[in-house]
Amino acid sequence: MRFIFKTDYGQDIKLAKHGGHIFWYSLLLVLLLAAPWLFAEYWLAQLTFILIYAIAGLGLMLLAGFTGLFSLGHAAFLGVGAYTQAVMTNAGVPFPIALACAAGLSAAVGLVVGLPALRVKGIYLGIATLSFGFIVEEVFARWESVTGGNAGIHIKAPDMFGWKLGSGEAFYFLCLVIAIGATLGILNLLRSPTGRAFVAIRDSEISAQSMGIHLARYKTLSFALSAGLAGIAGALYAHKLQFISPDQFNILQSIDLLLMIVVGGLGSVHGAFLGAIFLISMPQAIAMVKDYLPAFIGQAPGLQGLVYGLVLIGFVLFEPLGLYGRWLKIRTYLQTFPFYRKGMFKRQKSFQKSDRLK
Amino acid sequence: MQLLQLIISGIAQGCIYGLIALGFVLIYKATETVSFAQGELMMLGAFGGLACMTMLGFPFWLAILSAIAGMALFGVLLERLVIRPILGQPAFSIVMLTIGVGYVARGLITMIPGIGTETHTLPVPYKDQIWNVGALVLNVEQMAVIGSTAVLCLALFALFKYSKLGIAMQASSQNQLAAYYMGIPVKRLNGLVWGLAAAVAAIAGLLLAPITFVHANMGFIGLKAFPAAVVGGFGSLPGAIVGGLIIGIVESLAGFYAPDGIKDIAAYVVVLIMLMVKPNGLFGEKLRKKV
Repeated sequence: MRFIFKTDYGQDIKLAKHGGHIFWYSLLLVLLLAAPWLFAEYWLAQLTFILIYAIAGLGLMLLAGFTGLFSLGHAAFLGVGAYTQAVMTNAGVPFPIALACAAGLSAAVGLVVGLPALRVKGIYLGIATLSFGFIVEEVFARWESVTGGNAGIHIKAPDMFGWKLGSGEAFYFLCLVIAIGATLGILNLLRSPTGRAFVAIRDSEISAQSMGIHLARYKTLSFALSAGLAGIAGALYAHKLQFISPDQFNILQSIDLLLMIVVGGLGSVHGAFLGAIFLISMPQAIAMVKDYLPAFIGQAPGLQGLVYGLVLIGFVLFEPLGLYGRWLKIRTYLQTFPFYRKGMFKRQKSFQKSDRLK
Repeated sequence: MQLLQLIISGIAQGCIYGLIALGFVLIYKATETVSFAQGELMMLGAFGGLACMTMLGFPFWLAILSAIAGMALFGVLLERLVIRPILGQPAFSIVMLTIGVGYVARGLITMIPGIGTETHTLPVPYKDQIWNVGALVLNVEQMAVIGSTAVLCLALFALFKYSKLGIAMQASSQNQLAAYYMGIPVKRLNGLVWGLAAAVAAIAGLLLAPITFVHANMGFIGLKAFPAAVVGGFGSLPGAIVGGLIIGIVESLAGFYAPDGIKDIAAYVVVLIMLMVKPNGLFGEKLRKKV
């Protein structure tokens, strides 16, 4: 068991709380940097996808996990980013500028969607974002002069002012840098007054408001930041796949993103990454196990949906804190070894009169 | 005449939306949870009816009744096994849970070899019949939808107005704790409400099946019923039907008068406008939390 002796208020908000953190995260960083030499090309591509989804997951985590607003149309922001990037790159704009525009445009769209969020809450917000997602998908499909319609659009390799990032390794490093930047940005945001305001809004809007938090401003800000991150992820996604079409940004993608953060663990930055690992490795795992199952199960087209559904139900029922919550429990169990009690992570059930009044 | 024709087909489609939305509203009112699995319950109902008619060879009415009863039972079981354990947790968990239930239902149906991936027609006695009323050409399938919805609405109205069960459900939806103190078995009622919602969804599925087809992805129509529920006000039963009708008519008119593609998003545009203008819907109640 580790006891941290605090002598300074600064210690409370330090990113690395103790030496263990520094050691393990440095190790992880070294591993990630060495990945192109350790893994085969296929696995490196999967790792790139994990990073891309983790960036989108960070955005959604900020919105759903930390501000308590949940969006059923996040794939739309992903799509806005992806299409902006595709159109600009094909027009010959250098990568960083195109990426900034993709993020900016997504954030601007997020701002617009965030506006109704000021008036509606809970399920109404879910439906507003859901509707928005459908509308955006339809726009992608119909605005053929720009998006290429249902036939999709090809995108060139990223171009850093004349330096082409054609290979998988180079693109992996690009994603890694952006993912680390996004993570540090989110961590830094969360320990700042803005981040604290988000969490306060999540926990109780009324008390946050009474403490002088401008609800409208912070909610829109959260939407814009989240959409911006999704836009960056979408831009990288477009580069990685080199081909995008409207059906990649439909409601199922939005639900996948939500599934990712719920499985990873709502309200934790780790959760975004764990969820991304889960989301990317699940189809692989299913493909591997498929051959060992009887043919009428293994070859059935609905298997993946079934497994996703069961996993989602399982997590909501038995591990509402997600993979990260499970890890916290295991860690606490090991740290406090013989003294772990069953109720240590018990969640308080809230049987309030009505959620409608919140 | 054409306008009238369009409006009638819009009403028929709207009734389907309304019926699914009715399921949302029933569940929302009673348990404060939103079920994203309603479309899939409808799909299961349609498949149930199909199985009863083609595989078991039941006569039409028996097949319909057994499919509805089967789905009602399924709804009760679903509530007991999956929903009840997480009551009291944030609404978000339950939304994710019902999305999961929807995935499982769709996955399971697709996994049935030879049936799940095909599209089927439900053999109903009124298939492809047409009534000519003046210059109007009325599709009997659509008339069946409208008629059954009207009957069902009356039945539900009577249930909530006159039966002890319905009044108990109303009480528990207004204040569960108070209802519990009055000796109303709130938990059992919640189960019954899920059963009722599943039965309504099954009816919607059976009505929709002759018009479209029976296939594993027909549940996605449930996503269009959300706008219906919101337009009507999420907590109001008549609102669900009215909302459904509005969405259905707008969609049908947009399909004819507006350019391509507008039809598919008309429902969502309507709901976004509604949320901006009147977030509580047409019949929704305005409530504020007092500190």
